[in-house]
Amino acid sequence: MRDLYQSQRAQRAMRQAAMQRGVIAILDVGSSKIACLVLRFDGQGQFNESDGVGSLAGQSSFRVIGAATTRSRGVRFGEIDAMAETERAIRTAVQAAQKMANVRVDHVIACMSGGRPRSYGLDGQVDVMGSVVTEGDIGRVLAECDVPDIGEGREVMHAQPINFALDHRSGLADPRGQIGQTLATDMHLVTIEDSVIENLLYCIKRCDLELAGIASSAYAAGISSLVEDEQELGAACIDMGGGSTGISIFMRKHMIYSDSVRMGGDHVTSDISMGLQVAPAMAERIKTFYGGVLATGMDDREMIEVGSDTGDWEHDRRTVSRAELIGIMRPRVEEILEEVRVRLDVAGFEHLPSQQIVLTGGGSQIPGLDGLANKILGQQVRIGRPLRVQGLPQAATGSAFSAAVGLSLFAAHPQDEWWDFDIPAEKYPARSFKRAVRWFRENW
Amino acid sequence: MRSLKADRIETAKRDPAPSRWGYRYQRLMLTPGFRKLLKVGLPMLVVGGLVAGWTAREANRQMVADAYNDVKSQIQQRDEFMVKVMTVDGADETLSADVRTVLPIEFPLSSFDLDLEEMRQTVAALPAVAEVSLRVRPGGVLQINVTQRQPVAVFRSPEGLKLIDAEGVLIQNVMARADRADLPLITGDGARDVLAEGLSIYSVAGPILPRMRGLVRMGERRWDVILDNGQRILLPTENAVVAFERVVALNQAQDLLERDVAVVDMRHPDRPTIRMNEQAVATLRQIAGAEE
Repeated sequence: MRDLYQSQRAQRAMRQAAMQRGVIAILDVGSSKIACLVLRFDGQGQFNESDGVGSLAGQSSFRVIGAATTRSRGVRFGEIDAMAETERAIRTAVQAAQKMANVRVDHVIACMSGGRPRSYGLDGQVDVMGSVVTEGDIGRVLAECDVPDIGEGREVMHAQPINFALDHRSGLADPRGQIGQTLATDMHLVTIEDSVIENLLYCIKRCDLELAGIASSAYAAGISSLVEDEQELGAACIDMGGGSTGISIFMRKHMIYSDSVRMGGDHVTSDISMGLQVAPAMAERIKTFYGGVLATGMDDREMIEVGSDTGDWEHDRRTVSRAELIGIMRPRVEEILEEVRVRLDVAGFEHLPSQQIVLTGGGSQIPGLDGLANKILGQQVRIGRPLRVQGLPQAATGSAFSAAVGLSLFAAHPQDEWWDFDIPAEKYPARSFKRAVRWFRENW
Repeated sequence: MRSLKADRIETAKRDPAPSRWGYRYQRLMLTPGFRKLLKVGLPMLVVGGLVAGWTAREANRQMVADAYNDVKSQIQQRDEFMVKVMTVDGADETLSADVRTVLPIEFPLSSFDLDLEEMRQTVAALPAVAEVSLRVRPGGVLQINVTQRQPVAVFRSPEGLKLIDAEGVLIQNVMARADRADLPLITGDGARDVLAEGLSIYSVAGPILPRMRGLVRMGERRWDVILDNGQRILLPTENAVVAFERVVALNQAQDLLERDVAVVDMRHPDRPTIRMNEQAVATLRQIAGAEE
């Protein structure tokens, strides 16, 4: 845990350095595409509170000056499968974004959806030193949380305090400065497989970039596509990506649950490819142009040319009706949504005061998906698009970019995590120099 | 069927990813410092290197220097810059001849080759010159304006007679006293330093001026007035002019100096003393004896 603490702190320091330079890159390593945004931070935004424009969740303080996407190669289920291919894809995206921004970026914040994220709820309790809760107390209570057995070969990705309780009062967002005796906290821990993180780290290092932060893409998508009241009252964000579908549940503006279904749009494509016996590229094209999940009478008459270049004229000139295509796609989409439903039930989503579900990600663009999702997930379903941020090109405002945009917001305003608080002095190794410095600082 | 067009296979397989070195190169080119170095530093280095390499050869350097001097002399030798005559104003003939002697300039000459300040100092070093200013007038005339020192007295020094101005500067030699009979004669050690007092003694001489031969500074502290028949008036160290005025007044009232007096000693203001010639003393005694 100490290594993790140090490495996460190092990433935070890197993020700080990037803020000083004012330029940071966002890298969304997905199974179907790799997106890179270059953000410029110009200090405070051009709008003030007095202009009637709020902080806009922080997106007014930065501007997207470069954006590029490239087809992802070598990534499956959101995990890096072929290292060299992925590295080249990242290089392509970063180079194009740098070229557009005309500035060199050295720091990158990355997100990924794979690695089988698992969610844990932790709690800890500690007696307040003195009468007033200080930042040191928060650090202590966070360090006091009982870490469950997260399993071999897994790494903590997020460790966010989501609730504080002081004596009998619960639901405190910031207990600092309040008077009480017993401080308790609930912490949300997300772990993923460490080999996945290490592969990503290695890829980024091979591209001469420094990692300034890492986030789960389900979390990032939730930040950008859930509106503020949904985040406050409770909502689930379903990020339907290419290789995996991420689920994040938000409440009181904190992520309280995260999971992923290892199925996504690529599986739909491969179903089409198998069902219609066409190449995957052609299947992808047919899916994006003619895909759907709700068949109507009109769809029986709409014929789609299934091109192919086998050389067999009969084979290459086949046509299928759109209804047939929908008949292939729908079971797979249903399967994904059913699986999401199961995960939400496991998480206890029905106990939340508001049960809004927001579908986002590239897969959510299937026409008629909201109608299908209504039947499976409940009535409160909508299709979400990411928040608008300054300078984002029109091509990158679609729902496929909600993780990238969410990551930019995360870069501008990172959520407090466990490693943002100082570790309590007694947890330091003995004879630490830092401990001596700390003692001096506290006593003089 | 395999594609018969080899190049189509090529394009289909083309990798959009930049190579590792291409990527690094692009990042390097986006580094501001490196870009500046390349855009400014490198051209400067190349130009500087070329210039340095060219000038490293002696012949090239000589060529540049020659060309420079050639152009320079062409401009300087233009008619507009040539000085053809020298005129000396404010000096008498002797002095202007002296000035021309100390400034041996061969005309015509470019005004760029004239060092006016040095020439001014050379002329100012002449004893007879009080002030001098030089300028090149339009029309190629070197104008020298000289203010000459005005002699106020003739000074007799061990080396001979010299003219002296009011500041005690020796101007020039005089062959004979008679050449400048209009000027008073002053001599003695330290007389040059207190010339003003000597001249004021002369100015109050009044009727005995024609009889005055000169003034002698005695022991660097007081004056003696020498009259034509060897008479001497010894003046005190202080208030010499007042004492001399008394002598002049006494002379007017009693014809003191017409009498057979050798020395009028005014050194003690309360007790002026007269020394008579021996003959006069003897005569006086005879008269006194006859009266008794």
